[in-house]
Amino acid sequence: MPNYHLSNLDQLEAEAIFILRETAAQFENPALLFSGGKDSIVMAWLARKAFWPARMPFPLVHIDTGHNFEETMTYRDEFVELIRASLVVGSVQESIDQGRVVEEKGPNASRNKLQTVTLLDTIEKNQYDACLGGGRRDEEKARAKERFFSHRDDFGQWDPKNQRPELWNLFNGRKNPGEHFRVFPLSNFTEMDIWMYIQRENIPLPSIYFSHSRDVFERNGSLLAVTEFLKPQDHETVTQKIVRFRTIGDATCTGAVESTASNLDEVIAEVAAARQTERGTRSDDKRSETAMEDRKKEGYF
Amino acid sequence: MDLLRFTTAGSVDDGKSTLIGRLLYDSKSIFEDQLEAMEESSRRRGDENVNLALLTDGLKAEREQGITIDVAYRYFATPKRKFIIADTPGHTQYTRNMVTGASTANLAIILIDARKGVIEQTKRHSFIANLLRIQHLVVAVNKMDLVDYSEEVYQKIVQDFRNFASRLDNIVEITDIPISALNGDNVVDKSENMPWYQGPTFLYHLEHVYVGGEENHVDARFPVQWVIRPMSDEWHDFRGYAGRVAGGVFKPGDEVTVLPSGFKTRVKAIHSPDGEKAEAFAPQSVCITLTEEIDISRGDTLVKTNNPPQVSQDIEAMICWFSNKPMPPHAKFVLRHTTQETKAIIQDVKYHVDINTLHKIEGVDSFSMNDIGRISLRTATPLIHDSYRRNRITGSFILIDPGTNETVAAGMII
Repeated sequence: MPNYHLSNLDQLEAEAIFILRETAAQFENPALLFSGGKDSIVMAWLARKAFWPARMPFPLVHIDTGHNFEETMTYRDEFVELIRASLVVGSVQESIDQGRVVEEKGPNASRNKLQTVTLLDTIEKNQYDACLGGGRRDEEKARAKERFFSHRDDFGQWDPKNQRPELWNLFNGRKNPGEHFRVFPLSNFTEMDIWMYIQRENIPLPSIYFSHSRDVFERNGSLLAVTEFLKPQDHETVTQKIVRFRTIGDATCTGAVESTASNLDEVIAEVAAARQTERGTRSDDKRSETAMEDRKKEGYF
Repeated sequence: MDLLRFTTAGSVDDGKSTLIGRLLYDSKSIFEDQLEAMEESSRRRGDENVNLALLTDGLKAEREQGITIDVAYRYFATPKRKFIIADTPGHTQYTRNMVTGASTANLAIILIDARKGVIEQTKRHSFIANLLRIQHLVVAVNKMDLVDYSEEVYQKIVQDFRNFASRLDNIVEITDIPISALNGDNVVDKSENMPWYQGPTFLYHLEHVYVGGEENHVDARFPVQWVIRPMSDEWHDFRGYAGRVAGGVFKPGDEVTVLPSGFKTRVKAIHSPDGEKAEAFAPQSVCITLTEEIDISRGDTLVKTNNPPQVSQDIEAMICWFSNKPMPPHAKFVLRHTTQETKAIIQDVKYHVDINTLHKIEGVDSFSMNDIGRISLRTATPLIHDSYRRNRITGSFILIDPGTNETVAAGMII
């Protein structure tokens, strides 16, 4: 009898592709939320595989805070072309200009929280009924309780205490008008799985995931990059360091790590030895003990 | 690398979250910033030691009440295996989460408080593990430190459990381990307090237990999920059927029957962006093309002609009721099975199972939350199915209340 056995990565891939196809089949107007970070890159890569040789039957949606690392934007446009997808952009700057949100003040001001309004507006304007997200359950304690098919009420809110049970391969995407779903095909991937999959599939990544020289300063235990959107205060000293990013988010709240890892093998070795979670570099998670749960209830990614 | 999915079940306060926290902590799967955050919360709450349960109790309400409300999925890896833990709450009202966690697990941990022994919850969880066809159980007798690490206490519990478990027919293997999750005895490192115990530690067992594939590699089943039609110049006439193999093996040239229509044709090729494949087996996601153009859509199933499944509108099943609204007699539901959705009406409630005695309770006509029992139902269109015992994918379904869209029950076809 032949050995019909799938490795961990093969099982994760088969599961994610199943979820992506199920999303296309169960919903009328899905979209894939694309941040330019490694998780959404892997998700989009899997979507290309799931519907190949046809194009994926949904657009990539990028919620643009306007506070991006330049490298991410260059990468985004090239990658979208490579996987033959279409791109829709929701702009936080536009939400600010229209008075939908008010920019935070002070040295720790971030557009991270404002994204939620732009995201929900973009969903409503385009009438998306399912948004694919790259969230993983190993990332954060509130995400650990998330379903593959996660219901959102007509205000876009998550009710973690009243989630639908999910069994076997059976996903219940039924909803009333105005409600929508968030779908997380990468739920069972760990950070290490993501890196191993990127390596196996040879997926191109934004350059800032690898070591480079950059002006940074320390704030609340994070190494933040000096950009036009984020300036150091008088008492904070800027130094040039060899760094890379473990996650990519808004430039104002994503911390760098000191690292000389300049290729995938070195990054994987570093991740394997890491003693800090990747979100340990995210000041947006440190605002309170349940910062992620609070933002998710409001409709965050 | 290998993957093991397991589920943990236990009663309130028997230390399940602490055990998982201990497992992650001692196997060095907890990161420094998580530990710091935990130490900080423990200090604020006034706990004497670092409260390892805070690692899995992620939601605000859980932290406030010190209990686990919802299924939490945890991940860790050792050089031997990657593990996915479905940590499910032990409260009576949250049994649906236990069933949820068990539906995708290869192994279940049954946690018993050494001071309390085998209680109703222990039996309920073991019964559910068996019902959902989990073949491997680990009975972890916890809080051994509170019974002076007594071998006598441990042996009595093990015997009580075995007496009960002898009636659970799907369980292939049971391993018992005496532990103290709080102090770490026999979790990752061998305990010095129980020299009378010669067996493996908890983690060693999880790393080495042989878990044969739960997938069926005999009966070829391919529920069609999505039809791929590129409509491009390069792939002008391409018409592929995308789906996840639910059982058996498909190869180019195989004669297949399309159900429910009954048309016969052959597999032309199995496609992937990395090139054509020589075969496809469960649980791979693939795209299959056929030699003839036949009208096939989502919900249809390809099977090998010489090995057909059951095709019927009358279904006998065991169900577990999830909703806090009881099931009205002769209720109508939306039924989801593989990639199919159809209407269903409950024809008859045969019996409930008393999960303490495993006795049948007859003369019932409804289900309340946590009730488990046998029903017969009739569907609007035929279900292309196997028994759950034979195939977990083609033998399972959920019932959805068409009014609220809630998933109200899980079913296993007999």
